Amino acid sequence: MTAGLHLPTVVVVTGAFLALWLVVTLVRWRRARPGFISVTDQATYETLHTASEAARHLADGFTDDGCERAAPYLKAMLATPGLAICDASSVIVWEGEGRHHLPVVMDQAAQVLASGQTVVLGPDVVTCTSTDCPIRAAVIAPVVVDDRVIGAIAGYGPAVSAGLARAAEEVASWVATQVELADLGYERTRAMEAELRALRAQISPHFIYNSLAAIASFVRTDPARARELLLEFADFTRYALRRGGAFTTVSEELRNVERYLVLEQARFGDRLAITLKIAPEVLSVRVPYLAIQPLVENAVRHGLAPKEGPGHVTLSATDHGNEAEISVDDDGVGARPEAIRKILDGQSRADSVGLGNVDARLRQVYGEEFGLVVDTAPGAGMRVSFRVPKYSPALEEPA
Amino acid sequence: MSQPLSVLAIALVCFTTLTLGALGLRLAKGTSDFYVAGRAITPWRNASAISGEYLSAASYLGVAGLVYDRGIDMLWMPIGYTVGYLVLLILIAAPLRRSGAYTLPDFAESRLESRTLRRGCALLVVGIGWLYLLPQMQGAGLALRHVSGLPTWVGATVLTVIVVLNVAAGGMRSVTLVQSVQYWIKLTAIAVPAFVLLLVWQRSGGPTPQAAASWWEPLTSDGPTSRALFTTYSTLAALCLGTMGLPHIAVRFYTNPDGVAARRTTVSVLALLSIFYVFPPVYGYLGRAYLDHGDVGGDASRTVVLALPGAMLSGLDGQLLTALIAGGAFAAFLATASGVAMSVAGAIDQDVLRPLTARLSRGEVAPATSFRLAALVGVLAPFVAACTAEPIGISSAVGHAFAIAAATFAPLLILGVWWTRLTAKGAAAGVAVGGLTTTAAAIVSVMDLAPAGWPGALVAAPTAWATPLAFAVTIIVSLLTPASRPRRWARTMTRLHTPEDVLVDGT
Repeated sequence: MTAGLHLPTVVVVTGAFLALWLVVTLVRWRRARPGFISVTDQATYETLHTASEAARHLADGFTDDGCERAAPYLKAMLATPGLAICDASSVIVWEGEGRHHLPVVMDQAAQVLASGQTVVLGPDVVTCTSTDCPIRAAVIAPVVVDDRVIGAIAGYGPAVSAGLARAAEEVASWVATQVELADLGYERTRAMEAELRALRAQISPHFIYNSLAAIASFVRTDPARARELLLEFADFTRYALRRGGAFTTVSEELRNVERYLVLEQARFGDRLAITLKIAPEVLSVRVPYLAIQPLVENAVRHGLAPKEGPGHVTLSATDHGNEAEISVDDDGVGARPEAIRKILDGQSRADSVGLGNVDARLRQVYGEEFGLVVDTAPGAGMRVSFRVPKYSPALEEPA
Repeated sequence: MSQPLSVLAIALVCFTTLTLGALGLRLAKGTSDFYVAGRAITPWRNASAISGEYLSAASYLGVAGLVYDRGIDMLWMPIGYTVGYLVLLILIAAPLRRSGAYTLPDFAESRLESRTLRRGCALLVVGIGWLYLLPQMQGAGLALRHVSGLPTWVGATVLTVIVVLNVAAGGMRSVTLVQSVQYWIKLTAIAVPAFVLLLVWQRSGGPTPQAAASWWEPLTSDGPTSRALFTTYSTLAALCLGTMGLPHIAVRFYTNPDGVAARRTTVSVLALLSIFYVFPPVYGYLGRAYLDHGDVGGDASRTVVLALPGAMLSGLDGQLLTALIAGGAFAAFLATASGVAMSVAGAIDQDVLRPLTARLSRGEVAPATSFRLAALVGVLAPFVAACTAEPIGISSAVGHAFAIAAATFAPLLILGVWWTRLTAKGAAAGVAVGGLTTTAAAIVSVMDLAPAGWPGALVAAPTAWATPLAFAVTIIVSLLTPASRPRRWARTMTRLHTPEDVLVDGT
């Protein structure tokens, strides 16, 4: 084999391939262009294309911004020299020629907005002093959404034919449909947000009761400790009841777990031993707020509280490159896997609000594959873990 | 010539790395002391980790070799390697952290809201990573051959096996502590022998380096191209702008708690790198005084650092110093290769394998399995290349990795952070043009296809034309396609540029 490549050959071959590619692309491009199709097809195609362009701008509903951007396409659909869109109180946009008619649009549209009927105005109403101005007549059609007139579309031109009047009515009703679709989409987002809010982290009532009882027991014997515990309790509730973003860092979340553990240790004393193995890299990862504390609470309350003798909880956070894993292990009484599965499926409303809630929120935020993983058997302790991606587009949505 | 002490040092470094990886060093705390949450990684420690990961074979062996080989011109190289962090500090350190992105593809997706662009960036991460891994493997092979006489594939295999084990276990590399210790190991391993050798040099009357006039005179050397001024500027630009696009460096910024910490970290990195880069040129200079071309056997850019102690000191002293340097060199290979391999494996796993396996097996494959597979693929490709391909200069391959990063990620990051009218299509066009031109230049240059003179200079150091081209394409296409401007651009830009202390506390 001879060493090296012959440079001119390389250039020629590369050039030939480039030229071939160009030709193929050009041919495809020409094919895709209209011209080989019939005139009717082309008109249909163009109308549909214009409509889809306009629909894109109306995706947010009947907003001023959207109407302004959709106006040129609507004008193209009506094929009139001028087009105005107004809402119930003012003109949003004038597109095309004859802008000097703008001040009188509201007067002309008043009847339409009041009655919801399309009107055709002749040269007797649409007067103009300028001889260059093509606008001598108008058709104004209402945009009716949910039996309510939210605005009107006015086509201005030299004359109004029956066809134009029909077209204006159709365009107005098409716009109304788009607005209804947008409202539907908005309703859906609202519903999803409400669902997320309903899933909002819950603070367990048992914990409040038990903590206060434990603190009460120290008030006489060890007032200093009782005071400390009360302050911890205050901080804990402030964190748990806060209003704000749906996400926090692992670091903040762990700080709250620590507060929780201090309070639980007041109750359990030496029966509760805790180990934290936290990779410091994980501390800055963002997680849904109150995602870790309920898992620790579950370990303490369902694993260790019913158990005789001391119990041990291990909370670990490990770094896995693009993801971080958080797990809570306990050597408590464990549970039947079927029972846990029911909780995670949301079938059981038993005491264990925590696990089901955290699982549902994780899945909602990161997707189905990021739920809780529970490993347990009766008498064998329990291990609850979940993974979170370090970056997820979901983190940017305001919640 | 076999040097048992050096082999022992290398074995020790490999063993320590593997053990740390297996143990998965973590902060483990007992009952008495919960408060780990406050123990975030300090900027100083993170800076040590970044430096430890950044100082690769190109810095450890390559810089000295270049100075030895081509003379005074090459003193720009260590400056360029460091100045990249200054550019990063001024332009993107804090906004990159505030974006919440972990990898560079994450940033592209977060800023421009385009999955296609994200996949393109992931592809680039893999490409740049492979170009970076290849010389690390070849360097390991050459270093091991130099001290033990074993064929080069042995060293490359050892490195590959350790890196795959480490990355697949997901353990050691991510531990900031280990990487930060690596920096100090490397600094010690290069600084201590340098001081000893300087002392020896002074004792023996300070012989002058034997070199031609072009070695002493700036911009007169005829290597690597005959257009020395252009090549120098272009290479410097590549190093300045390419640093921000290195996948294994960008992920380290995520560890900082906020933008301010990201800036502090970068300042510390500048200090740490400045200290380190004082030493490699010393070896190049002394090499000229003590070694003739026969001693380094044509592999000047790789083995001058390793050969020098043996040439200056006889007996045990020389062997001890060589062992120290060889251990440090292997630490450099391992740290950088593990970091790069981790990023490459992450990109392959997240953007190629996982969507693929999800479709093929309907979620039956565990994420850990898929990541291990990605690690294997990500490291095996450059390993095969390292074993079969003719060795290319360490600095040349790394230089091309920098050049590709400078023509793709640099425009994306700089315009992404500072220009509100950037659109997804514009960014994609810029990244595509920059990536294709610099990759083509790298291929032509490595295969030695370009004629000498201007064409040769233009492909050997393409940054001076490719990066402005990528910027121009990005800006023009962005202005032409205002419709593909990301929907949430205003919110994203606010997030990138709002200092943390202004943010209202959520509580």
